Amino acid sequence: MKLQIPFVVKCAMGFVALFVAFAIFGQWLSPYEFRETSLLNRLKPPGTEGYILGTDARGRDVLVRLAVGAQITLIVAIVGTVIGAMLGSLLGIIAAAKRGWTENAIVAAIDVQASLPIIVVALFVLAMFDNSFTLFLLLIGLTGWEVYARLMRGAVLSAKEHGYVTAVRALGASPARIYLGHILPNVASIALVQFTINLPLTILLETALSFLGLGVQPPLTSLGQMMSEGRDRLLTAWWLTLFPGTIIFLLALSVSLIGDWLRDHLDPTLKSR
Amino acid sequence: MISYIGLRLIRAVVTLLITITLVFIFIRFSGDPAAALAPPDAPQEVIDQYREALGLDKPLWSQYTAYLGQLLQGDFGYSVHTGLPSVQVFLARLPSTLFLGGTALAVALAAGLPLGAIAALNRGKPIDRLVMGFSVFAFALPNFLFGLVIILIGALVFQTYIGSNPDSFLDVVFPALTLGLASMGAFARFARSSLLETINAPFMVAAEARGIGRTRRLLRHAVPNASIPLVTLIGLSLGGLIAGSIVTEQVFGWPGVGQLLVRSVATRDIATVQFIVLAVAVTMILANLIVDLLYLVIDPRIRSK
Amino acid sequence: MTILSINNLSVGLPDGGDRDLAVEGVTFSVGKGETLCLVGESGSGKSVVAQAVMGMLPLQLPVKSGNIEFMGAPLPAQRDPAYLAMRSVRMAMIFQDAGASLDPLQRVGDQLEEIALVHGIDRATRKKMVADILDAVHLPDPKKLARAYPHQLSGGQAQRVVIAAALLLNPELLIADEPTTALDVTTQAEILELIEELRRDRGTAVLFITHDFGVVSDIADRVVVMRKGEVVESGEAAPLLRNPQHPYTRTLLAAATSRAAPRDAVDKSAVMTAQNICLTYKSGGPFNRREVEAVKDVSLTLHKGRTTAVVGESGSGKSSFARCLLRLEDVTSGTLTFEGRDITHLEGAEMQALRKRIQVVLQDPFGALNPRRTIGSAIAEGPIIHGATRADARAKAENLLEMVGLTPQAYDRHPHEFSGGQRQRICIARALALDPDVLIADESVSALDVSIQAQVLALFRDLQQRLGFTMLFITHDLRVAAAIADDLLVMQNGRAVEYGNAAEIFANPSQDYTKALLAAAPGQDLTAVSAA
Repeated sequence: MKLQIPFVVKCAMGFVALFVAFAIFGQWLSPYEFRETSLLNRLKPPGTEGYILGTDARGRDVLVRLAVGAQITLIVAIVGTVIGAMLGSLLGIIAAAKRGWTENAIVAAIDVQASLPIIVVALFVLAMFDNSFTLFLLLIGLTGWEVYARLMRGAVLSAKEHGYVTAVRALGASPARIYLGHILPNVASIALVQFTINLPLTILLETALSFLGLGVQPPLTSLGQMMSEGRDRLLTAWWLTLFPGTIIFLLALSVSLIGDWLRDHLDPTLKSR
Repeated sequence: MISYIGLRLIRAVVTLLITITLVFIFIRFSGDPAAALAPPDAPQEVIDQYREALGLDKPLWSQYTAYLGQLLQGDFGYSVHTGLPSVQVFLARLPSTLFLGGTALAVALAAGLPLGAIAALNRGKPIDRLVMGFSVFAFALPNFLFGLVIILIGALVFQTYIGSNPDSFLDVVFPALTLGLASMGAFARFARSSLLETINAPFMVAAEARGIGRTRRLLRHAVPNASIPLVTLIGLSLGGLIAGSIVTEQVFGWPGVGQLLVRSVATRDIATVQFIVLAVAVTMILANLIVDLLYLVIDPRIRSK
Repeated sequence: MTILSINNLSVGLPDGGDRDLAVEGVTFSVGKGETLCLVGESGSGKSVVAQAVMGMLPLQLPVKSGNIEFMGAPLPAQRDPAYLAMRSVRMAMIFQDAGASLDPLQRVGDQLEEIALVHGIDRATRKKMVADILDAVHLPDPKKLARAYPHQLSGGQAQRVVIAAALLLNPELLIADEPTTALDVTTQAEILELIEELRRDRGTAVLFITHDFGVVSDIADRVVVMRKGEVVESGEAAPLLRNPQHPYTRTLLAAATSRAAPRDAVDKSAVMTAQNICLTYKSGGPFNRREVEAVKDVSLTLHKGRTTAVVGESGSGKSSFARCLLRLEDVTSGTLTFEGRDITHLEGAEMQALRKRIQVVLQDPFGALNPRRTIGSAIAEGPIIHGATRADARAKAENLLEMVGLTPQAYDRHPHEFSGGQRQRICIARALALDPDVLIADESVSALDVSIQAQVLALFRDLQQRLGFTMLFITHDLRVAAAIADDLLVMQNGRAVEYGNAAEIFANPSQDYTKALLAAAPGQDLTAVSAA
């Protein structure tokens, strides 16, 4: 099958590639270190000699801070999404495989999570424990686990009813063989599609929490944290908020577009027709 | 039908109980719950009173039952911030949050559903692609960025600081739009797919074969059937609205529960945070219950189960 | 008087299909009070003809040439608004899945009334018309049924309601697109009778679309046989059925009438027995605990090398019974033996060894193969599980592919590259890869077109002859059972109604239910003719 990639999706892929490259190598575009302050060069607008994208209220170079912020945002988004995907998928598969009380317990956990928006859970936990990067990463990792769990439980339950599973059971295949060899490969695409839906959500949650000042803490920075710092100077130093904001938006947009496209091409219900 | 309702009720109660238990466990192991829940600057005796009431010297199980007892009596602790009971602090903020959330939901529904319907009826045409593009755009646009851009535009174009005056029209519409935009996109997308599915259903083909005109087919058959899954979506979108209101209120300085929550977290006002978390959980659980019960009203297939 | 006349109709297909035209040069006409059967298998274009008459062809299927005349006047162009006034009034159509062609959210009576409403009939007349027509289709308690929602109707009731909707305004033409295919055989007979009665009473012309020559012989005045968009044969029903000219017609006819030649049991030894098997499904939680007795006290003996068919309508428990024999369900009570050994509660390695000896071929050829595995690896999996080397398993699979009529080169291809009939052959190869003593076929040919059905049944018989396995064949279709069975078990509501030699039961059923079932089977005359 030859893949026709629409122009918009190509642009989205291009932007994501550019973003990743910027997150990894961007720091070398600037001679400064991201925590390096310069009291003489505070709030310089973009285009100022030596500071292409300007400086913030402490005279730190916005370009290098964007690169570091992008890096942190990328790490948190990917690690967080992976944690949620693994945890949720595993629980969903266990629920469908075990049935009985194990399943009831997991379904109850899904109900509880579904009744609490993840940002509320995160705020509750952050109110009581000292914010650390690890804790923050774990909280982000909880984003959407219940969706994976629900989807995978449903997918595995329906896969178990498929003729090929019955036939393979009748051949005498062990449960391990049935799950690893037959059910998992057929439900994996559902988790993959959900991954692409969840990734922009994770990005938006990280940046929102950091924007509220409750996520990534200084001296470390992320795109959301930069916006939080620049917020009070919105009218006088727009570049402090609009640069990171635009990058977040374009990143979330690109990932969503790629996700939509992938979903259309991976949807197993479309494929079997 | 009785067992359907019974099962849903049990599920709601169990979910609430688990949530309360988790909140208890977190509070119990995060530090000194007595100090957290007692009024600020309370003399040692009062804190000791709380310690006794919470039974911190007793086994965990009786602490748990004591906690449940307090919740049942309506005692949710005192706000560190104001010295008032956290319930009072919360209730003072609630109306303005409900106002903002309600407006946002109304805007999202009023714009999202027709957009989705138009897209579905013009499948594959430019207007369809435009609506789908908008829905991805709305989903990906962070509300804090959108809010800030609106404030910036307000300041530069209208020479006003949006959000400063809750009585003015613009100051309500823009925060509501900021909050409702993501839901609007989701509604449009969902309405589209739901309508597309029903438009091609066998009973629609049969209705055409019976000589029923297109408008009547759409309004009397397709739309009611397509609306059923939308009820679930509206229930689910509540979570998104609650989450979004936290950020939106912060951006516009809207004096609601979301702002209170962020401030309480920053100042470690555990009693207030605890109450807000419980209130959110109760709201969401109730909303899901209502959605489940609504199905009884609108879907005869569930009614006769 | 000619009601409908189709002249040289050709309808195009979108580019990239397996042929250029969905329908090519089709010509036939239907007269007042006449039943014309349009016969063909999937992809023959028969439904496209129906859609064209109703003016409901989608844009992707344009009329290329020819015309359709209705009562001597040409019909409007496809999808023309003028059609709205004609549908229900001049012509009506019913579909295979009657339940799905009713709006699930509206009461049955309201949906009927709506038809009269949009055709401008006043309220009082509407009410009376609906009451009359519900009466005319012999629905029990029409008043109560009018207030019911579609999901509360049985399959037969739903089809009656849909027929009522079609005939409410007394149209000159009724198009019925496989209206009985999804129904149980007894219900099918009732619906066919109803359509016949209404045609007689009202003089409606009926264009009846079917794949089943049994149905054709019961109701047709004239017959048009279609294949791949073209008419291969047409004419008066009686001579065509007696003396079909085209080989394709003969194939379809044979599928409706074939009978297994009686075989004497060479070796009387029992391979497997089931004694007093009961199976109760339990579901739900503390508030909605449900127990369904799927199988009640069923016994059976499988004799070596013979084929036993289990026949029953939907919900008779026949598939649940098969799952018990396969040990995929644990029986609630009763005993299973295999070669004299009790296997009811076998576990572990012993169970594993037993699996090898009892194999299954399932109904749905599309769900029965893992879409991500090559068909070769699907066939080789059994031997590998039971300890064969990869090379041996592959050799065996290639050999089996040949045996079931495919080429060994098919080994590395995926299931989606094969047709339904080919997939069923692959499933048979997979089951036989373990050299089983017992092969259980659960509705294995039900999803296939009749001509393919006949080929797959022939393959089963041929393989049984060569390999000598014992077969249990689960089916809802009496004719399939007749074509393959030595012994017959008839099931109803989870119970065994009648059990014995197949030929004897077909000739001389002793139980009322079996008699009713046999009497309901379409094409009685046809069987009588072919037997003579």
